[in-house]
Amino acid sequence: MARVIVDVMLKPEILDAQGQAIARALPRLGFSGVSAVRQGKRFEVDLEGPADEAALSDVRKMAETLLANTVIEDYTVTVES
Amino acid sequence: MSAARVGVVTFPGTLDDQDAARAVRHAGGEAVPLWHADPDLKGVDAVFLPGGFSYGDYLRCGAISRFAPLMEELIPAARAGLPVLGTCNGFQILCEAHLLPGALMRNAGLHYICRDQGIRVENTATPWTSDFTEGQEIVLPVKHGEGRYVADEATLSALEGNGQIVFRYVGGNPNGSLNDIAGIRNEAGNIVGLMPHPEHAVEDLTGAPSTDGRGFFSSILKKLVNL
Repeated sequence: MARVIVDVMLKPEILDAQGQAIARALPRLGFSGVSAVRQGKRFEVDLEGPADEAALSDVRKMAETLLANTVIEDYTVTVES
Repeated sequence: MSAARVGVVTFPGTLDDQDAARAVRHAGGEAVPLWHADPDLKGVDAVFLPGGFSYGDYLRCGAISRFAPLMEELIPAARAGLPVLGTCNGFQILCEAHLLPGALMRNAGLHYICRDQGIRVENTATPWTSDFTEGQEIVLPVKHGEGRYVADEATLSALEGNGQIVFRYVGGNPNGSLNDIAGIRNEAGNIVGLMPHPEHAVEDLTGAPSTDGRGFFSSILKKLVNL
């Protein structure tokens, strides 16, 4: 069994209002030195079999179809070691 | 002659289907309930996708609804010219289904906004807006947390160039949408999506800010009668 991680992030040019709100809250909590925060989503996809090329191609298809909205988001697929 | 039949879709979590059906009947049409799990458009002449929180807004607003069995019928029918109007969550579903370009994101101020909103009608070349005049200013309720319309620059300039921006906010943009966009249409014009709620503004009795929403329903019914 393998675990594949799909990270979904807003495209760089899309305003991330939530990330900005987090960044603004940090100094108030005493955290300094942060210039920006962007918020994304992480999906942990557990496969029944190995993370071979066919399985990864399926995961990419899942990301493209459902997990990410590619109009506004980019995704990356990595195998957890 | 039998009344024009407008389908009103209900997903789990839809809120505004009863008001939408009532608005259709108020205008003299027949409202036909359509169920998300039933892949049957029941031969309707047009479809209203109402607002709410379909599938709990899980993942992204409209992301799950887009794959509902009913949508498998609706998407090709809409591409083939069936008039479809999506308000609020319905607009989000139309974008997720790629029937309309762009996407709707968390309001720039992060707050859920519920207020009476000024809107300018920018395009009347759709079956849902033909009873308005271009430049007409109307007032409709808005109530949403994720209504900030975004699209890339090429899409945005195509929308502007083709007259596909149907509604713009006036008197303040509630959510930070690009170019003050409140609603758009597809290139053919049969599919329209907007964040404000015409179905909540058809009767004085309910305390709505106006009855400007009636124009949507009179437009579509006239269109269907004259087909």
